[in-house]
Amino acid sequence: MTASTAPSPDTAATRGDALLRVTNLTKHFPIRRGLLQRTVGAVQAVDGLNFEVAKGETLSLVGESGCGKTTTGRMLTRLIEPTDGLLEFEGRDVTHISMRQLRPLRRDVQMIFQDPYGSLNPRHTVGTIVGAPFKLQNIKTEKGIKRSVQDLLELVGLSPEHYNRYPHEFSGGQRQRIGIARSLALRPKLIVADEPVSALDVSIQAQVINLLEDLQNEFDLTYVVIAHDLSVVRHMSDRVAVMYLGKLVEVAGRDELYTRPMHPYTTALMSAVPVPDTSRRTKRERIRLTGDVPSPINPPPACRFNTRCWKAQEVCRTIEPPLVELAPGHQVACHFPENPDGPAAGPVLLDTPRTRDDDATA
Amino acid sequence: MGLPTTVFAYLVKRLISAVVLLFIITAVVFAIFFLLPRLGGASADDLASRYVGKSAGAAQIHETAVRLGFTDPIWVQYGRFAKGLVAGSDYYTGAGYDHCPAPCLGYSFITQNPVLPDLLDRLPVTMSLAAGAAFLWLLGGISTGVVSALKRGSFIDRAAMTTALAGVSLPIFFTGLLSLSIFSYGLGWTAPGGSYTPFQENPLMWAYDLLLPWITLAFLYAAAYARLTRAGMLETMNEDYIRTARAKGLREHDVVVRHGLRAALTPIVTIFGLDLGLLLGGAILTETTFSLPGIGQYAVQAVANNDLPKVLGVTILGALFIVIANLVVDLLYAVVDPRVRTA
Amino acid sequence: MSQPSKPTTEASVAAQPDTSETGDRAGRRRRKSAATVNALDGIGGLGAPAPDSFLSVRDLRVHFPTDDGLVKSVDGLSFDLSRGKTLGIVGESGSGKSVTSMAIMGLHKPGTVQMTGSIRLDGQELVGSSPEAVRLLRGKKMAMIFQDPLSAMHPFYTVGHQIVEAYRMHNDVSTSVAKKHAVEMLDRVGIPQASSRVDDYPHQFSGGMRQRAMIAMALSCSPDLLIADEPTTALDVTVQAQILDLVRDLQSEFNSAVIIITHDLGVVAELSDDIMVMYAGRAVEYAAAEEVFERPKHPYTWGLLSSMPRLDRARIDRLRPIPGAPPSLINVPSGCPFHPRCAYADRTGGLSQSQRPPLEEKAPGHYAACHLTPEQRTAIWETDIKPTL
Repeated sequence: MTASTAPSPDTAATRGDALLRVTNLTKHFPIRRGLLQRTVGAVQAVDGLNFEVAKGETLSLVGESGCGKTTTGRMLTRLIEPTDGLLEFEGRDVTHISMRQLRPLRRDVQMIFQDPYGSLNPRHTVGTIVGAPFKLQNIKTEKGIKRSVQDLLELVGLSPEHYNRYPHEFSGGQRQRIGIARSLALRPKLIVADEPVSALDVSIQAQVINLLEDLQNEFDLTYVVIAHDLSVVRHMSDRVAVMYLGKLVEVAGRDELYTRPMHPYTTALMSAVPVPDTSRRTKRERIRLTGDVPSPINPPPACRFNTRCWKAQEVCRTIEPPLVELAPGHQVACHFPENPDGPAAGPVLLDTPRTRDDDATA
Repeated sequence: MGLPTTVFAYLVKRLISAVVLLFIITAVVFAIFFLLPRLGGASADDLASRYVGKSAGAAQIHETAVRLGFTDPIWVQYGRFAKGLVAGSDYYTGAGYDHCPAPCLGYSFITQNPVLPDLLDRLPVTMSLAAGAAFLWLLGGISTGVVSALKRGSFIDRAAMTTALAGVSLPIFFTGLLSLSIFSYGLGWTAPGGSYTPFQENPLMWAYDLLLPWITLAFLYAAAYARLTRAGMLETMNEDYIRTARAKGLREHDVVVRHGLRAALTPIVTIFGLDLGLLLGGAILTETTFSLPGIGQYAVQAVANNDLPKVLGVTILGALFIVIANLVVDLLYAVVDPRVRTA
Repeated sequence: MSQPSKPTTEASVAAQPDTSETGDRAGRRRRKSAATVNALDGIGGLGAPAPDSFLSVRDLRVHFPTDDGLVKSVDGLSFDLSRGKTLGIVGESGSGKSVTSMAIMGLHKPGTVQMTGSIRLDGQELVGSSPEAVRLLRGKKMAMIFQDPLSAMHPFYTVGHQIVEAYRMHNDVSTSVAKKHAVEMLDRVGIPQASSRVDDYPHQFSGGMRQRAMIAMALSCSPDLLIADEPTTALDVTVQAQILDLVRDLQSEFNSAVIIITHDLGVVAELSDDIMVMYAGRAVEYAAAEEVFERPKHPYTWGLLSSMPRLDRARIDRLRPIPGAPPSLINVPSGCPFHPRCAYADRTGGLSQSQRPPLEEKAPGHYAACHLTPEQRTAIWETDIKPTL
């Protein structure tokens, strides 16, 4: 398996260790109406994101439906082209590069999809599916493609004998493993995983999460995980970026975010997660948001969360809060952040002492 | 429900595009009848020879070609044709000018009369045929389809689907002649064909004359509609909202008709509109088989007589019906599916 | 539900009601025979229904004959539910939880399913009674809400029409009275401007609003039993919280019995009084909610708890998944169906491989189907499982 490309020499030096950097990344889908198909508006799916992904880390994008996390993921892999902004991979501007220039990028950046049923061609054998990247990129492997594919199948916990089987012969969890094997074929540097476990049963979820962690350690992979499940996100991520209606509202390290959420939306999200503990039913102080997420066609002015926020004041409706660093490595876009002076005192999230975090490494 | 502005805008939009479409169709039809022969090497005189009969001499033919305007540039010819559609035009018949009032679909030099009145004479026959058959095939096709879907895999289902397969496979002149020989000539139950009594004169005779053509034509279409309905019902009866309807405790009949069939019928509305539009342009095979004096028969005779203006007239009328049917289907869709109306 | 019960075997389940009989008379006869069986004790490990039990399911079996074999989707299930109480049924896909709810509602297509055992709703036997009799209970005495409210509502009818349809089916009132009731119900479930939104179509509602409308429809005839099948799975987490609150509030208002079916242990913890964990068509654990979360007794429940990342605990470095995948329902493993995936099955001296463990009362009111001895169970829970959660 020799499918590694030489990294351009200048990147590491000039860009620090950021593998991926997005600046003002924006995607507006035009809405066309009428006889002449005039553009009458735009779905502001993603609006001005700034973040970096360091080599070897896992960054999660988390948010509810319509927050733009999936669109962001598709832009990162250049499945769709950004409307505006800059997308740099290893220091190279890949925002608008052509299909032909994309080829090497496709090798370095791979995607895992949510639906293990829809993303595998039912007429192709597992061998064909997992081997397709080699053929598409015209790569000859040392041991031949079949052997390489079988190695990949073993790597993700499937049997090499599954080579000639079809996707419908597998369970959901196994299908997701096939998708992971395919994404690993070309030894990518970055994997964008869009809801990788949300379609799986609880007991299978854990298997796939562990597999992704093992592969990350073994191949020094960088992950961008797109998910809505805050518990899964906490488990998998090093850093977490919370999105709401196309904007980043909070970016922080995992432990920092989960012990000291500063954006009211983040607090509300965490408070809404049902936990498997009956004693919390009475004890827990809940924050209940009213209504649904507004439409991204006409997002609320200034702070987009102001229509559902219990802290909103006039300034929230007139001036958009910038995403600023309020604590080391902790960026928040809010005029009235929660927990400004340190971790949450109340039992909103964790009632176990935080020190156990360090003890639990066994 | 009312009529919100979105529906009005939708209506206007569809109307405008229908007019544009009609204009394009006339241009294409004109090109087929007048431009293509010229491109194919036929001279203006060759075209004119079709209008004067075989005995005419070369000079007479050329004179006719000039008189009919075949020597003019092609856009002038189309302009004249289009003007006729909108304002009417006068045709020189040799003995004098004959006026063809707007909308002039053409003027036959062989029978020396405008085409449109002929078509209007025959339209009631074709309409009666189409309407009666449509009623029968909707009734037969949809009910067969529903029963087949509900009794999927049963004897009834298999028998119905085999019959339906025969229906779509057998040509109409076969089923038509077969039923004529059995029911009309053999048993004497139905009219022997060739006669048509207008509805306003004697409704019973009207139905008597048309019964066999109706059934024959309906059989063909009912077969297709049964298959469509069955497929649609099988799909919708598996939808979540059917389970909801049952969970509410509705009677099975209401679940099937009000919830299942209602949704399954939507695609059928589309196809029905287009089928009906197509039929109104002339049910050529059925009218020929049963010798009904409808538009289809008229077209066949015009082709046999090489009477180009008549063929052109029928073609444009047929196109008009299809465009109208399309329009009606689009509007009907907005009525049937609220998601179209309010999106 | 707290009666002690003797160990039971498959053989004691005699006298299956004859499903070919229909009609009220047959139903009455069957009720008597069911009572006889209950007196003989121990169908599926539970005793006779508790006197306050509103819904009693005993030894329910729902089998589907297919070309590949008999799919035993539900295979010997028993539980009780009282008015005003909530039962959470937890399980993975294929565990039989949805099939159970459809069986209670009588929504399985006749002819495609073999259903035996007993479902008694307010004293009335549902298994084997006429489809018409069960239909009249649906929507009136028992109602159901579904996972995806968009596909569960008819796209061509207004929300109001669909509620009116449900209400008028069981109440002899005029359309205008029914519509007034629909507006009241929509208002009650928290839909703003209910009197105008009642004429909207489902696609004009947001996801959360649609689920509220579904709840309004289900509750329009004040049913005594509400079954919610994955009611929040298709919703965002902030909206899910609203819907769970709503269900809780409405339950205390209507004093209905609620069954909530979900794969999410967090959701059942929020709502349930009792929890039943299902695996391969059977109940493996059945107890009060606190018991299931504080002192779970079945290795499958342990596995579920260990494999999920939890927000309410310190982050652990590595999840502990249950190995393997759920079994085929055609060839259910011998003995305990969980034994191929169970880390402790080899400690039962071969019992797990050969004998199906009955659902037994392992502690007062706490039932589990497992061959481990109490000592083994306590030791494993205290040392292996509890500290790592």
